[in-house]
Amino acid sequence: MDSFACPLPPAGDATVLLGHGGGGSLSQRLIEQLLVPAFGPADGVLRDAAVLSAETGPLAFTTDSYVVRPLLFPGGDIGSLAVFGTVNDLAMVGASAIALSLSLILEEGLPMPLLQQVVASIRLAAQRCGVPVVTGDTKVVERGKGDGIYINTAGIGRVEPGLQIGPKAVRGGDAILVSGDLGRHGVAILAARQELGFRTELHSDLAPLQEPVRALLAAGLEVHCLRDLTRGGLASALHEISRGAGLGVLVQENAIPIAPEVDAACELLGLDPLAMANEGRFVLFLPAHQADQALAVLQRFQPSAASIGSVRGEAVLLETSLGLQRRLELGRGESLPRIC
Amino acid sequence: MSRPSPYRRPERVHQLAAALKREITRPWTLMEVCGGQTHAILRHGLDQVLPEQLELIHGPGCPVCITAEAAIDRAQELAGRPEVILCSYGDMLRVPGSSARTLLDVRAAGGDVRIVTSPSDLLAIAQAHPARTVVFFAVGFETTAPATALLAHQALGLGLRNLALLVCHGRVPPAMEAILAAPECRVQGFLAAGHVCTVMGVDEYQPIAQRHGVPIVVTGFEPVDLLDGLLQGVRQLERGESRVINAYPRASQAAGNGAARALMERVFTPVDQHWRGLGVLSGGGFQLRPPYDALDAERRFGATMPRPAAGNRTAPGEPASPCISGRVLQGLARPSDCPAFGGCCTPERPLGAPMVSAEGACAAYHRYRA
Repeated sequence: MDSFACPLPPAGDATVLLGHGGGGSLSQRLIEQLLVPAFGPADGVLRDAAVLSAETGPLAFTTDSYVVRPLLFPGGDIGSLAVFGTVNDLAMVGASAIALSLSLILEEGLPMPLLQQVVASIRLAAQRCGVPVVTGDTKVVERGKGDGIYINTAGIGRVEPGLQIGPKAVRGGDAILVSGDLGRHGVAILAARQELGFRTELHSDLAPLQEPVRALLAAGLEVHCLRDLTRGGLASALHEISRGAGLGVLVQENAIPIAPEVDAACELLGLDPLAMANEGRFVLFLPAHQADQALAVLQRFQPSAASIGSVRGEAVLLETSLGLQRRLELGRGESLPRIC
Repeated sequence: MSRPSPYRRPERVHQLAAALKREITRPWTLMEVCGGQTHAILRHGLDQVLPEQLELIHGPGCPVCITAEAAIDRAQELAGRPEVILCSYGDMLRVPGSSARTLLDVRAAGGDVRIVTSPSDLLAIAQAHPARTVVFFAVGFETTAPATALLAHQALGLGLRNLALLVCHGRVPPAMEAILAAPECRVQGFLAAGHVCTVMGVDEYQPIAQRHGVPIVVTGFEPVDLLDGLLQGVRQLERGESRVINAYPRASQAAGNGAARALMERVFTPVDQHWRGLGVLSGGGFQLRPPYDALDAERRFGATMPRPAAGNRTAPGEPASPCISGRVLQGLARPSDCPAFGGCCTPERPLGAPMVSAEGACAAYHRYRA
């Protein structure tokens, strides 16, 4: 029947077509020419599922979907975000990523060079984390039904036996540290959208967090809880951990590292830097006597890392720069600039 | 997070707080007019350093909070039309109209609702979409009104035919007059909003201070500004004075911003306006005057918003609910007095406007009070 097949469009299509998701030759070419070279198995043979060698000991498993506008932003793009985001989720339970899946949902009309750029970015990011992309899927939706590219990744990670990292391990008196200054990703994205009429040199803080977490564990520190500070920022993370632990926290406004550009943009737009998104920052809870050592480890990766407070009482409180305490408010979803 | 600002220096803040405690001899009640002041007081925890005898009443100066439901309903109706692109400031999008729907809901249902940070953005949007009508839902006080006036002026100059304005700006002095005239009024003095005075001038408040015998101190929005303003207000009360004091000279002058005022006078004329919670205030808003009224969205789209007569304190269709936001906005009750506060009314699901905006008194209490 091959002789009746339509002639193939010339190699290197300019844009994504609905047919690239149709399971036919276009799909095949997309997979064989773009995805297999980037991530494919060494033997070049595609299978329905990846077979991973069985491990003894606990595994971590996570999934996340990535939707970001614009697709390319200062400091990263949706591809690197989709790798680091999932690797970071694994790192937050002390796991090292051993395999990722990659699902691409593409919008008809997406320029092919943009897709190639994002795929190359995924490959680089995965290499940087030392994790292979072992399985995947591609779908194409009609023009207008997607924002160019949506990505879902799932990840499996190996957890060192005996680790119990999570809110339940938090104890009264624990020290609270952040791995770097806050709010860069949120402000960089707002600026990159060019809707708010301000320009900034800020880059997203997007980064893999496996290394600093490994370094903390390798130093023999008793890590009680980790949380990457994505949507909702530090405020959401502290509220979630406090609820999970059944304990309050008190953090010092003066101690929380915020870059002056981030602070100024938030002040101007009426946004709360503590509720702004980050993609390469986490909060760490551990016994107070280990705080200095942990800070030294974190500062090897990010000099702005800081010790910001401790676990005490029942409420989530902020001590203001005037030495007064107030409730640390939770972000409310979409950040809307206020009027005046 | 340390911003090296002289207006946040802890030593100065504590000095001023100590002076307030030392000098106050009787209970006094001051109102901070502006939501930005309320927000700053709670955000910095300043309420915790005030003497017990000093009571602060949170005023109605939150532009989102006082925008009438009828206006929001009208904006939603326009935003739902396929030919319309409706633009407004970010926090206006979250305020429920009479049906509990918000402009965010209208956007989710397919309406083209856009956030702008400056009215001048409308020019580019209107030029980019000549086949559609771009409506600016213009809210805010004398602080944002000049920018709307400039937009109207530029739009007429450019001959833009697809731009319309739904004008709901509020004028602050009539609201202060209304609060003082209310039979239950407990306000003995005001902290007036510095940024309104930056535009309109400090002198605008002289007649109010004289007529009602109340001290008015114009302040900024930083901890030192606010405590300094409170101290100057309390000092006047203790001495039986009722003067207007400008405690924000770095931003506000006696006559305000002449260019902005001239433009506003050219484009707008005062009109009776319904303020949510306060009722209809005589001269409480602005309307476009000829020839700028050619841009009036109400005119452009036919039907007009109901504008009830001055003195009518209830709005048409204001729902029966446990919400006491009207009393909160008049300073007759505190947010925490409301049976709905924190229970069935939260910033995620607000019953009343003061819970919506970051500057609303209820939202500020909910966010910052432990």
